[in-house]
Amino acid sequence: MMSQAQEWISICALTALRPGTGACALVQGKQLALFRPSKEATLYALDNIDPFAQASVLSRGLIAEHDGALWVASPLKKQHFRLSDGHCLENPDFSITSYPVRVNGDRVEVALA
Amino acid sequence: MQASTHNAGQPPRILVVGNGMVGHRFIEELCERSAPGAYQVTVLGAEPRAAYDRVHLSSYFSHHTSEELSLVKPGFYDKHGITLHLGEAVKQVDRAAKQIHTNQGRVLDYDTLILATGSYPWVPPIQGAQHHECFVYRTIEDLKAIRSAAKQAKSGVVIGGGLLGLEAAGALKALGLQTHVVEFAPVLMAEQLDSQGGQMLRRKIESMGVTVHTGKNTQEIQMHGGQQAAHRLCFADGSQLEVDLVVFSTGIRPQDTLARYGGLPVAERGGILIDDHCQTADPAIYAIGECAAWQGRFFGLVAPGYKMAQVVVDRLLGGDARFEGADMSAKLKLLGVSVGSIGDAHGRTPGSHSYVFQDDQAGVYKKIVVSADGSRLLGAVLVGDAEDYGNLLQMALNDLPLPAHPDSLILPAYAGAKPTLGVDALPESAQICSCFDVTKGRIAQAVADGHHTLAALKAETRAGTGCGGCVPLITQVLNAELAKQGIEVKNHLCGHFPYSRQELYHLIRVGGIKTFEEAIAKHGQGYGCEVCKPTVGSILASCWNDYVLGEDLTGLQDTNDIFLGNMQKDGTYSVIPRMAGGEVTPEGLMAVAEVARDYRLYTKITGAQRIGLFGAQKDDLPAIWARLIDAGFETGQAYAKALRMVKTCVGSTWCRFGVQDSVGLGVELEHRYKGLRTPHKMKFGVSGCTRECAEAQGKDVGIIATDKGWNLYVCGNGGMKPRHADLLAADLDKASLLQYLDRFMMFYVRTADKLQRTASWLESLEGGLDYLKQVIIDDSLGLAAELEADMARLRDAYACEWQQTVADVSQHARFAHFINNSARDPLVQFVAERAQHRPASPAERVPTYNISLEEA
Repeated sequence: MMSQAQEWISICALTALRPGTGACALVQGKQLALFRPSKEATLYALDNIDPFAQASVLSRGLIAEHDGALWVASPLKKQHFRLSDGHCLENPDFSITSYPVRVNGDRVEVALA
Repeated sequence: MQASTHNAGQPPRILVVGNGMVGHRFIEELCERSAPGAYQVTVLGAEPRAAYDRVHLSSYFSHHTSEELSLVKPGFYDKHGITLHLGEAVKQVDRAAKQIHTNQGRVLDYDTLILATGSYPWVPPIQGAQHHECFVYRTIEDLKAIRSAAKQAKSGVVIGGGLLGLEAAGALKALGLQTHVVEFAPVLMAEQLDSQGGQMLRRKIESMGVTVHTGKNTQEIQMHGGQQAAHRLCFADGSQLEVDLVVFSTGIRPQDTLARYGGLPVAERGGILIDDHCQTADPAIYAIGECAAWQGRFFGLVAPGYKMAQVVVDRLLGGDARFEGADMSAKLKLLGVSVGSIGDAHGRTPGSHSYVFQDDQAGVYKKIVVSADGSRLLGAVLVGDAEDYGNLLQMALNDLPLPAHPDSLILPAYAGAKPTLGVDALPESAQICSCFDVTKGRIAQAVADGHHTLAALKAETRAGTGCGGCVPLITQVLNAELAKQGIEVKNHLCGHFPYSRQELYHLIRVGGIKTFEEAIAKHGQGYGCEVCKPTVGSILASCWNDYVLGEDLTGLQDTNDIFLGNMQKDGTYSVIPRMAGGEVTPEGLMAVAEVARDYRLYTKITGAQRIGLFGAQKDDLPAIWARLIDAGFETGQAYAKALRMVKTCVGSTWCRFGVQDSVGLGVELEHRYKGLRTPHKMKFGVSGCTRECAEAQGKDVGIIATDKGWNLYVCGNGGMKPRHADLLAADLDKASLLQYLDRFMMFYVRTADKLQRTASWLESLEGGLDYLKQVIIDDSLGLAAELEADMARLRDAYACEWQQTVADVSQHARFAHFINNSARDPLVQFVAERAQHRPASPAERVPTYNISLEEA
């Protein structure tokens, strides 16, 4: 079965994301965390809400590399969430959703489904 | 009635009378070694609480609570199906019926009875001593009574200058009483120390403000008969002493009443007679700990009691372990003075001779007693410095041959290379931890099984968790075993940098490195992580003091630095402007108040003599700070690993006791070092006189005014692990003070590990305080000029980060909650509390709906 074409939603200019940091975006009522690990145009998108503290903070965490993968460490208590799929290193029951994200021209776009 | 106790088909019933340290140790050993459900165990304790650490009782006053002294893990008895009756004493043992009767009228059957009733404090028959306001020192209840009486008292006396008496004196001193110790013998701790050692101990204790009276025979206590104080002690020589509180610590006697009434034989000087299996004359009854007497004598230390507990468990399980006497060596800290006593401390062995080292100025006395042929160590006395205790004890216990010059064992290190025992010399069977009878072989096995840290070893073997005296030796065994396995003890930052923080600081400083990318390309590998990024960020700031939110540096900053505020649990921030030295003008207060009101911020005085505004949303931060800066404030760096603040008392400008201007100095110091990123946060304190109202000795840097200048204390800490600061230099003029401080700060910045406070930094410095004094005062490394120049350069580079951020409009977009929308975070909600508000818990939040106007 053909999946429905993803609906890409434009968020901001790529230059608005400072390399090595994240930012929070509001997408159809959802709080998303966008991450730009380096100067490259490679981006990631996860839920912004820390599932342990129920606070909207993950975009403000440090981006870290462990075991060859990139993670964000929650700014509150440092639990790690894998940027590629939202897997929680400390407790997989607290894993979060990841979202497709791309750079189209100079715009950052995400898709919710 | 003989036949009532049949218990056919049921597990044997073990009844333990007494829930002290030894009684509890028996239960633990039994649970550890027997199958679950193999016994039906009931425990009776006369005290209202489960077993606790009596050895460290005096710490109850200083910083422990009764919960922390507890030896029983929560749920331990339940988990093992053991019935525990507390606050219930046994009043009679009916040996014929194998039953006990309690003071609550309960009758319990037993198959095996364990008596672990301990001892009671013995009070001599002096007139007045039986008065209910004369205290003894054994249980937490005793301590509570003493503490409550001390509230009405200014002075107190401990009668008895033995080990326990000095512990009790420490407790009185901790309660703030003017403390006296009265001892019948001519020296303190006559049991463990020779007369010279006792003299040294006395001098040290007296220098701490405790008055010692030796050779005093107390004849009468006139309770409420004093004139200067409440009570009066009358001595045989006609002299008198008046105090408000009296504590007896004149020895202990075995609590053997149950045995006496039950017709069991007891020793002449007290104690239930036991054989090598700790069995009493009745084969169904064992006695362990201080209530038991082996070969006619009882043991007033915990280690022999633990050994007895092990012997009985082994016996019950069919083994043949025997109690063969106990080593009565001991190492402890009394009123802050380290004291050690090993074996034949008095040199009573025929033909033995001794070596003595004494340093009156440092207050150190050491003596070793060696055999007639000089080949074996028989005993030792250590006062003021018990570092050698572990080595000497192992030499004595394991009968190791002595070096050619035995005196070299106790001479200071500068006298030449000290012959180290080297744990390799110890046999596998050597007992390292006497409290839990753990051998070197057992520890080596645990290391081989993968327990590679001290904490892991303690948890696995329990070694070092009793009195703690053997911890240095355990560490030696650990390191030796790790070395044998070829495991290097590494202090690398993380997987991305194969260097310690100190090494990396040097590489960055010398290499002129300005960014993380450059650092990891030259000296590391991979992308970096939440450990190395902030550490490198902090090192870069310590080296160059560049704006931390610069383009290349932002991504390195940890939670608080990245938005220049401390993140709270709900993602909001605190706002704390600098109020140097705790000073603030009425106009300043009004400006802070207006900001707090306009932005609805919860307002509180922090622990650092300034005002904290909480609950600020990220997007409000630039506007809030713009207003504070307009009112003349600057950032307080409350979010940074940097000098936070200088706490001051009002000092000589206002206070009628102050001898120097502590506020003036505190303000100057805070401005001198503000913003400088250090390996961890730092706090200073400046007190205007010895009353120490600024609590400077609990700070990383503490300065106390004297008539002649300033005393400089360093490396103190409050918080989780309090540490009193050490005196680095006394009576300094201000110029020298600033010079030493510049050097101290930069030396700490250069050499500390990541997130290492000054207190643990000093403890990890090889050579300790003396080394630090040499570096800072004598410039032994020839570094002083460089350190001072570094500090001057950094101070010149200081700028208020919030001023920079407010001025830089490109920063403001970063502070919006959403990068694509001006809405605020709907999860940030507050509920009212005590006339202000606090964050709503997730359950208290009101759901919010985003209604998009464009779609409508």
